[in-house]
Amino acid sequence: MIEIGLAHYLFLSAIIFTIGVIGIFLNRKNVIVILMSVELILIAVNINLVSFSMYLHNIVGQVFTMFVLTVAAAEAAIGLAILVVFFRNKGTIHVEDINSLKG
Amino acid sequence: MLAHAIIFYFFSFVAIASSIMVISSKNTVHAVFFLILDFVSISCLFIMLGAEFLGMITLIVYVGAVAVLFLFVVMMINIDFAQLKTGFLEYMPIGLLVGLVILLELGMMFSTWKYKPDFVKNDLVLKATTNNTESLGLVIYTDYIYFFQLSGLILLVAMIGAIVLTFRRKESLRRQDITKQVSREREDSVELKNVESFKGVKIND
Repeated sequence: MIEIGLAHYLFLSAIIFTIGVIGIFLNRKNVIVILMSVELILIAVNINLVSFSMYLHNIVGQVFTMFVLTVAAAEAAIGLAILVVFFRNKGTIHVEDINSLKG
Repeated sequence: MLAHAIIFYFFSFVAIASSIMVISSKNTVHAVFFLILDFVSISCLFIMLGAEFLGMITLIVYVGAVAVLFLFVVMMINIDFAQLKTGFLEYMPIGLLVGLVILLELGMMFSTWKYKPDFVKNDLVLKATTNNTESLGLVIYTDYIYFFQLSGLILLVAMIGAIVLTFRRKESLRRQDITKQVSREREDSVELKNVESFKGVKIND
């Protein structure tokens, strides 16, 4: 318990990942919270990559973390832009109302 | 060692508690603030692990850019967020079930995980003499230069996409139309008139 090893960080990332997944389920109406849950999932993956990189003494995990960070930033920007456009057109951000492509 | 453990447990407790608050708080603005707290504590954990550069990058990118972007959007969109919270309990059982299964699977995997000692090729090994930023830079700009450029391209595409999506052309605004300016002919705009003496000319209006 006192010695902090790899397993501690892995379990922390597993817990945060799970919270992110549960958040997607619970907030079925609010797109913003769903996007935030996706950010939680991505940062849990980042914790995993960094802790493995430090444990295995290999820097490549941290390089990958940077790429995940890049994709997360791009995804947040695009997702929020789509959200703003959707709100401008429909006046709501209910996920259940987003069905125009259903046909 | 004890201080290390205490600090780890403190930061991970803050991270887990604030991520629970992110998904469960009634007010979305509060959820964004808890997201910021989550990112800060996770970046502190990165620094504890020895990945200082990534800790700082996490602070800059997540707190400085992503969370503030969320905050802007939440504040710009005028919506009754409490009303969006309905149906929270409706999805609770299935969400908890799926989450529990995922947590169980991850826990089983992590608690039994072993790796062969020669599994990782250590040609990119962390050198004890160089600091974190330096060793990261040595790898990024040599072996991973194409991926690095590609991530820059992803950011460029995201920027252009966000601008194109939210761009709105106002009809009332008079904008400069360069094609129209350049393709203007002399005959369209200038007219020569023979002016008789002492009579002047009437400009058609």
